[in-house]
Amino acid sequence: MNMNIIETTGLGKRYGGTWALRECTLAIPPGHVAALVGPNGAGKTTLLNLAVGLAAPSAGAVTVLGGLAAGSPAALDGIAFVAQDAPLYKNLSAADMLHLTRNLNRRFDRSYAETRLAELGIPLSRKAGKLSGGQQAQLALTLALARRPRLLVLDEPVAMLDPVARHDFMAIVLTAMADDGVSIVLSSHVLAELERVADYLILLSRGRVQVAGEVDDLLASHRLLTGPAAVADRYTERPVVHVRRAETQAHLLVRAAADDPVPPGWEAHPVGLEELALAYLREPGAAALPGPVRGRHAEPSEVAK
Amino acid sequence: MTALTTPARPGHGTGLRPLPWRRMAWVTWRQHRIALAGVAALLGALALYLWFTGLQIHRDWTAAVACHPASSGACGALVGYFISDWQPAQMIAVVLQAVPALIGAFIGAPVLAREMETGTFRYAWTQGFGRSRWTLAKLVPLAVVMAAAAGAFSVLSSWYYQPFLAGRPSFGGSPVPLDAAVFDLRGVAFAAWTLAAFAIGALAGMLIRRVVPAIAATLAAYTGLALAAGLYLREHYMTPLLVKNANAPGSAWILSQQWYAKGGQPVSQSVLGQVLQQGAPQLGGGKGGIPQQDPTVNQYLVQHGYTLWTTYQPGSRFWPFQWIEGGWLLALSVLLIAATVWLVRRRAA
Repeated sequence: MNMNIIETTGLGKRYGGTWALRECTLAIPPGHVAALVGPNGAGKTTLLNLAVGLAAPSAGAVTVLGGLAAGSPAALDGIAFVAQDAPLYKNLSAADMLHLTRNLNRRFDRSYAETRLAELGIPLSRKAGKLSGGQQAQLALTLALARRPRLLVLDEPVAMLDPVARHDFMAIVLTAMADDGVSIVLSSHVLAELERVADYLILLSRGRVQVAGEVDDLLASHRLLTGPAAVADRYTERPVVHVRRAETQAHLLVRAAADDPVPPGWEAHPVGLEELALAYLREPGAAALPGPVRGRHAEPSEVAK
Repeated sequence: MTALTTPARPGHGTGLRPLPWRRMAWVTWRQHRIALAGVAALLGALALYLWFTGLQIHRDWTAAVACHPASSGACGALVGYFISDWQPAQMIAVVLQAVPALIGAFIGAPVLAREMETGTFRYAWTQGFGRSRWTLAKLVPLAVVMAAAAGAFSVLSSWYYQPFLAGRPSFGGSPVPLDAAVFDLRGVAFAAWTLAAFAIGALAGMLIRRVVPAIAATLAAYTGLALAAGLYLREHYMTPLLVKNANAPGSAWILSQQWYAKGGQPVSQSVLGQVLQQGAPQLGGGKGGIPQQDPTVNQYLVQHGYTLWTTYQPGSRFWPFQWIEGGWLLALSVLLIAATVWLVRRRAA
């Protein structure tokens, strides 16, 4: 049975004459912290808005929680969304926000919410507008998690936070994931943060999906080759994603398995998530080539230079 | 597909029973109680003024009409005092006319505009309640409360204006019941206009998505609609009556008057002015026309073969007109609120 937490086929969204997202086909399986990465304007927020039902598709379809129409009552019931900048009613107190969210949802774990806010040192009587940026983000996250969702969607959750608040925020997200099995989809352009938390990566560029897959699979299927710059252009054994030259040496990110034979004169290294993401982001042209992810198996796209 | 909480629901759980409406009662109250308090304060202050001033008006009016014999000089003086004392008190109509517009602009417009402007709609519309029902659960109770408050208030303003209306025609210069200045402050019209103003505000807020421009647009749209109704629409609610030679009842709302010559052709004011100047110069008249609403002048012209035709709406049509106006305003409000909900449904974030 289809259990994908978000599944899109040919999904597109047009604002006026410009496509914010187009021909987006992907399937995010449950049980992951899925990171949606891409430069500004890549369509991250658009994709998330479509998934939570705030926006309606201009083309294609999007389903959530195993086949529910995005934005349907059952989908709203199972998905908690924290929008960018964590919008809260500034003139309501934290307690009022709790009560509000409780009234607007079928489930609300009040004791969880109150315990969490107490741990975070957020006074219930304080108005949301008077909380610091980090506290507002934490309050919004607490409200979302207290709904006991099956899917938590976070749009740029840590963009406005300082490093400590960022760390605390992600710690709670990971706890929710570990304790309650909440699936998480978050967008971010803070790559360093994702390396620590994400185990599923979706790379968006110019409104299209460039890469999608489990982080472990992606890392296992990519290698960084270091060799003489002079012969870098002659390397053709495997598809090259990105070439980085440093004086006499060249670093090639190639699609190759760990047991792949290394050509003579080259040295192979495993690649990190941040490095992998950066390499793809630097080659947005690769997105123009056919085939990001088509199936459920998160095979990285066939990208060639 | 097992984690949805409602039992006995296999498949996709699309049959989830919606959350009960009463859940929204607290939400709407908590988020709009300051606005409601503002309306209560505004209407309360105006009501106090109407009440205290109205008591004095009614006292003086009772004294004036109780005076006997009515034709005596002393009674005439009493009526004169009443008119000169209380003529300015009718000017409160200008303030009262603004009340629905203010409610529409400052209560109706921000309901959705503020959500859009601050981005909180991203929170509200992704909760389990659902955005269409959320919108309805906010707009309908607020609209009903505003209309009810205005309805209660208009009982007071009806009472306040009663002496001026009942006093016609002996208290010259008073309005007739269908006059634009007072018609929509009384009966059901005041509540209906308040409802319409609120609905205009809600739709403007959703269309414009910013609070201050939405307030301005609401004030402009409401004023336009109120002027159109008062100046053009209202006189067509029912076919006007036609009467010869200034025999319209005192409470009639005069729409037009025209003199006709013996042959049946219309006569212009300047021709009548010349007729009057030549035949009876003591009555006035000249190139500019004749004195209006002067019984002696009218009598003179009628005696000389001219006929005055007057179209008017009788004061007895006050309630039919009230229901007609209330009816179309209610229909308009329902349409506007439906349009607002439709916009919320289809609006792409």
